[in-house]
Amino acid sequence: MTRPAVLKRNLSQRLGFSLLSLMTLVTVLPILAVVIYIFVKGSPAISWEFLSGFPRDGMRQGGILPAIVGTFYLTLGTAIFSVPLGVAAAIYLAEYARENTVTRAIRIAIINLAGIPSVVYGLFGLGLFVFFLKFGTSLLAASLTLSIMTLPVIISASEEALRSVPQSFRTVSISLGGTRWQTIRRIVVPQALPGIITGIILGLERAAGETAPILFTGAAFFLPRLPNSPLDATMALPYHLFVISTQIPEMPVQVQYGTALVLIFFVLGMNLVATVIRSRARARRQW
Amino acid sequence: MEKSLNWREYVITRLIKASGYSAILFVALIFLFLLKEGLPALGEVSLSKLLTTRWYPIENYFGILPLITGTLVVTLGAALIAIPFGLGAAIFIAEVAPRWLRELLKPLVELLGGLPSVVLGFLGILVLSPSLRLLLNLPTGLTALAGSLLLGAIAIPTIVSIAEDALDAVPKSYREGALAIGATAWQTIWRVILPAARSGVLTAVMLGIGRALGETMAVMMVTGNAPVMATRWNSLFMPARTMTATIAAEMGEVANGSVHYHVLFLIGLVLFLISLAVNVTASTVVFRQKKRAERILS
Repeated sequence: MTRPAVLKRNLSQRLGFSLLSLMTLVTVLPILAVVIYIFVKGSPAISWEFLSGFPRDGMRQGGILPAIVGTFYLTLGTAIFSVPLGVAAAIYLAEYARENTVTRAIRIAIINLAGIPSVVYGLFGLGLFVFFLKFGTSLLAASLTLSIMTLPVIISASEEALRSVPQSFRTVSISLGGTRWQTIRRIVVPQALPGIITGIILGLERAAGETAPILFTGAAFFLPRLPNSPLDATMALPYHLFVISTQIPEMPVQVQYGTALVLIFFVLGMNLVATVIRSRARARRQW
Repeated sequence: MEKSLNWREYVITRLIKASGYSAILFVALIFLFLLKEGLPALGEVSLSKLLTTRWYPIENYFGILPLITGTLVVTLGAALIAIPFGLGAAIFIAEVAPRWLRELLKPLVELLGGLPSVVLGFLGILVLSPSLRLLLNLPTGLTALAGSLLLGAIAIPTIVSIAEDALDAVPKSYREGALAIGATAWQTIWRVILPAARSGVLTAVMLGIGRALGETMAVMMVTGNAPVMATRWNSLFMPARTMTATIAAEMGEVANGSVHYHVLFLIGLVLFLISLAVNVTASTVVFRQKKRAERILS
């Protein structure tokens, strides 16, 4: 090849790579900027009173305790329903299901569940849990709605974790006289546990940050007390942030940023825990 | 002992199987309830009334066309942002970046996927839309464009992670073969890797757009909530209202069982069917790709 042609090739490659890295930079920098900006603007609002007090003066003053506790309850409620169901479904897909039409239908259903708009989950929760099953606008109805939304995340991540356990582990266990369930419970699931836990946390993280599914199923605009039964409505951090940034005139900006900071702390904290568990398990893995 | 063990295994196996099937049950239940609450709308408001350009439920105008055009404009804008940047970042992360940088960038993009959309909407109101208003000299910054920018940011992590997986799954031998016959890394990416990962990349784009289409909170907070028909090119710079935002904004205030209630469920049904179509198509693309790969390898 002639020398100018080689130069031209190298030049276009260099240009191309610079363009790609520039695009990546434009994609990634705003993420960091958002997190840092909220941290800087929100941290002055954080105080013991803000974290442990009730809202006062039409939510313009005081704390956000009911929203924090509400989001904690919602996440817990979502976990109670979605973790057993999701992990069991993953065990079915990874350990029992044969590759046939039914299994393919299950997989397509899971992909669909993952793609349904969150507000449609809200409608479904309103129709089934609030009205048809008469749970009312409640923690229970909102948690159930969120758990169905979370299910595909937990199933896919857990299935992948279970599948990554080498086949030889199962063969040895069965050959020693273990039943299929004993093999799964004593050998496969413990080995896959870090991956399963990571999937669970990532699913719950999404549930904790969602607003649309709880809008009509369990979120309360304002509550002067903490919810004391699963049939109570509840305040929640994402919905509270929505309310104070759109529905209340003359809202102090600091309280808004403070609430946003607590919310992303909650969500990103879960994300961080999941990332740490995953990378530590990868480092320790012997197969 | 032997007997009780068998009995327990039987019950547990049944339970696990039932859990496996539950995904189908839930999709069916969602469809059923949307039908149950949404179809009555077609009896109460005729289809010709629904397909008009005026959405003003208080006076019984239920024209859903402005909501559909609003969704189209905002989603199209988001796609124009998210597809090039998402794919560019995916190619960079999968093919160009050194290992340490990849390990840094992947969690960062995942982080964006984890940011609650209400937080992005909140910053959209306080930071993005005032700057758009100043920058473009608009009467209000709460426009379809602001929605597109946020939705673009929300769709990007989906596109990056799926496209990156697809690029990563291209067999190493393809890359080595191309480089061995004298192609540059750049030519290898464009002429070999991307075509080989084509269907995975297509899936990434489709699911990213699907994500943008269904997003609710961020778009409701920044688009100005005006259900006006998008008829001209400059609709992007005017307030708009998407289908998802309409449901979220109005469902809280309607009476259970009213016409308005049924129409909102009907809109939800349309959204459900769109996401069903997108996801079924995307998953069959993946299945076909797998089959072809199996054929080549065998």
